[in-house]
Amino acid sequence: MPIKTEPFYLNLGPQHPSTHGVFRLRVELDGEVIVNVEPIIGYLHRGIEKLAETRTYTQVIPLTDRLDYVASMTNNLAYCLSVEKLAGIKVPERAEYLRVIFSELMRLANHFLAIGAFLNDCGALATPLIYMWREREKIVDLCEMTCGQRLLFNYMRVGGVSQDVPEEFMPALKKFVAEMPKFIGEYEQLIKQNEIFLARTKGVGILPKETAINIGASGPVLRGSGVNWDIRKKDPYSIYERFDFEVPTGEVGDCYDRFWVRLREMRQSVRILEQAIVQIPAKGPIRADVPQFFRPPAGEAYGHIEAPKGNLGFYVVSDGSIAPYRVHIFPPSLINVTALADMAIGWKVADLIIVFGSIDVVLGEIDR
Amino acid sequence: MTVVTSGEDLAKKIAEAIPGSVISSDKTSVMVDAAKLAQVAEFLKNTPGLDFNYLNFATAVDYIDYFELVYRLLSMEHNHSLVLKTRCYDRENPTVPSIVSLWRGAYFQEREMFDMFGIKFEGHPDLRRLLTWEGFKGYPLRRDYL
Amino acid sequence: MTLLDQFQKMLMTAGLPDWAAYLVPALVGIILIIAVSLTLVIIFIWWERRLLGRFQLRLGPNRCGPEGILQPVATGLKLLLKEDIVPAKADKILHFLAPIVVFVPVLMIFAVVPVSEGAILANLNIGIVYVIAISSISTIGIFMAAWGSSNKFALISGMRTVAQMVSYELPVVLSIVGVGLVTGSFSMLSIVQAQSIPFILLMPLGGVIFFLGCLAEMNRSPFDLLEADSEIVAGYHTEYSGMKFAMFFMGEYGVALAYSAVIATLFLGGWSGPLLPPVIWFLIKVVLVFSFTVWMRATLPRLRVDQLMSFAWKGLLPMAVINLVIIAIEVLVVPASMLWLMVILNFAFAAVLVLLWSRLFTLGGGRVEV
Repeated sequence: MPIKTEPFYLNLGPQHPSTHGVFRLRVELDGEVIVNVEPIIGYLHRGIEKLAETRTYTQVIPLTDRLDYVASMTNNLAYCLSVEKLAGIKVPERAEYLRVIFSELMRLANHFLAIGAFLNDCGALATPLIYMWREREKIVDLCEMTCGQRLLFNYMRVGGVSQDVPEEFMPALKKFVAEMPKFIGEYEQLIKQNEIFLARTKGVGILPKETAINIGASGPVLRGSGVNWDIRKKDPYSIYERFDFEVPTGEVGDCYDRFWVRLREMRQSVRILEQAIVQIPAKGPIRADVPQFFRPPAGEAYGHIEAPKGNLGFYVVSDGSIAPYRVHIFPPSLINVTALADMAIGWKVADLIIVFGSIDVVLGEIDR
Repeated sequence: MTVVTSGEDLAKKIAEAIPGSVISSDKTSVMVDAAKLAQVAEFLKNTPGLDFNYLNFATAVDYIDYFELVYRLLSMEHNHSLVLKTRCYDRENPTVPSIVSLWRGAYFQEREMFDMFGIKFEGHPDLRRLLTWEGFKGYPLRRDYL
Repeated sequence: MTLLDQFQKMLMTAGLPDWAAYLVPALVGIILIIAVSLTLVIIFIWWERRLLGRFQLRLGPNRCGPEGILQPVATGLKLLLKEDIVPAKADKILHFLAPIVVFVPVLMIFAVVPVSEGAILANLNIGIVYVIAISSISTIGIFMAAWGSSNKFALISGMRTVAQMVSYELPVVLSIVGVGLVTGSFSMLSIVQAQSIPFILLMPLGGVIFFLGCLAEMNRSPFDLLEADSEIVAGYHTEYSGMKFAMFFMGEYGVALAYSAVIATLFLGGWSGPLLPPVIWFLIKVVLVFSFTVWMRATLPRLRVDQLMSFAWKGLLPMAVINLVIIAIEVLVVPASMLWLMVILNFAFAAVLVLLWSRLFTLGGGRVEV
């Protein structure tokens, strides 16, 4: 006679320590095995899209900082790119380089945190996280040097950047870039061959290639599944076509591949930074001549960038006034979370946390 | 570089396959009839040579007279993109066919549109509010919501 | 003849009635054990936090007292003042009893740990069996806490605990049997006295198995599944606050300390050592073992529950059985004067077995069709 059982519902979150923010997972369990996962979001919803409709184009920039607050300059960049597309503004050379430098620094900063937090989810008590945090601190220092902020930078402007970097920035950046490969190598040695780490991540939470494309995943989640799709290569924005770098991809699409893609991406970011430091013009304007209250012609534009977490897009509609008619933010995290159920069903609770950590979401971006 | 497919050329192909579906087209986008959206989307996804296998984003804009739904489709194979649009004139009870069965990436985005604009998607497996709570009154991103 | 026995004899000759001569030394011994072990636990909490701080590029507690040594006291005071919250749907009696059931056996373990020659509360001739038996009681306490607090995280943790404890008891006991075979006794005193060579050299595999089993028994990383903070919040003590939580906390560190002491006794030669007084030697060894577990905690990720199980049943248990058979044969065959031969043989066997088992180790897997 079969034993009568009933499903066991568990609410992970919204205040669960490993959900990377206020995120709730409603998990249906059979013992420890996950039968169903339903993400419930909206705890950090601030209505940024609505707020943007009542502000001028420049005033929207600080709002975008609050999206992916781990790598906030990339949000600035994506928004500015789409407004520039809309208004047909050309960005000066030096500003383009500064934008690339900062967006690659942000990619590094994000991946530091993503990998560190991922290992924390694996149960490695904070040590890998804090090693990463130490390096991230250097990037934050570089940003503080430039714009005085440490979290929400509000640095990019429509038509350039808000201010030039100070004198001491370039030497500090060179030092940072020179040290980075050694640190990444060290970290690889620490983590990559750890037997327990491999046992926890290899083959766990596989996202097949077809599913990844069908759900519209992007960033390391998509590339981890073996799809060579990087907007910096496939649809270059800013001046990315001038740099020589590779797009790392995974093979099977498990948690390990996503981790490994991120780690190798960090090396590529360092490569881009090395080239940018050499190529950047020593002097020049850093901002196009854009008035404070400008009126782009009526129309619409979609600008997207390869943000650290994936494809970040802004769909901006103008009605010819000083405020955007509609700003739609397309965040990568929201779409990547769609894949969570595919990856986690059939695994244990502990794996759910790891899979969720390997997606690398930030709630400011999901909820907007 | 992602090639932006000419909407005019594509409109002809769509009109051939599904007569009466295309309303208008310009260089970058195709406007289709809301009732035939699902068919057009399926045609775009499954026709060899087009292969729009990747839904980049889906959103809606409230133009007060009508809602405009914008879908940006992408083909990873050919690296070309298309903006597919449709309009929904009913303000009280706007209804559009869902495309979740074709691109599952639309799952959350359609729920968000339902939440923010009140657009109902026929065929969506679980159409509930996404960002606001259950029992929230009104649709925040409509222009008349204050 | 332990110190307390001598004390008892002295009282009897002084003319106390029999019952008093038995009761007074027992009470003195109990109070001593509680005082010393709790103080040690507090110091070890501080030590772990400082050490973890060092591993993690930070300072650790350094404000209360010299080098922050009073930090655990401050923490304890804070916990004393905290409100004791009992969930509305909790099983009140179990919820109340659980911390006690977890904490008391930990103190009882210390009764048989030989700190130095004769300094021991009770020299049981089955001392080590007593340790294993007593420490298993904590499992019931943890499950009581998990069930009694009517919290789903706690329940998952409780289920994990029972599975983990039951599985790891077997390899632990089997490796102790090896020690018993060589010593010819289960008394902690005779085990220490028998170690002309520390048993970690004499039976390395047994030592490693015992150490790993103990890690699982004392819920330290990488086997800290029952309070995996990134998965199930705080496990079985999610719903505990104030002094009840402090008792779990102290109990946990008490177990860690007790097992460190047992490992030091069984495999590292206990109090024996040149020059320094025995107590110091003993403490040094305990601190070394404890620091090693802290090091592992700071470095290693956590195993998953099914991996934990298969590690116990497919890895440690067969190896422990083989190790036991090998040692049994060696005890019969190798003469007592040629222990070095046993050391060499056992190291060879350990290497071969570990290599063999690492072949069986496969990555991936663990998905269940639902």
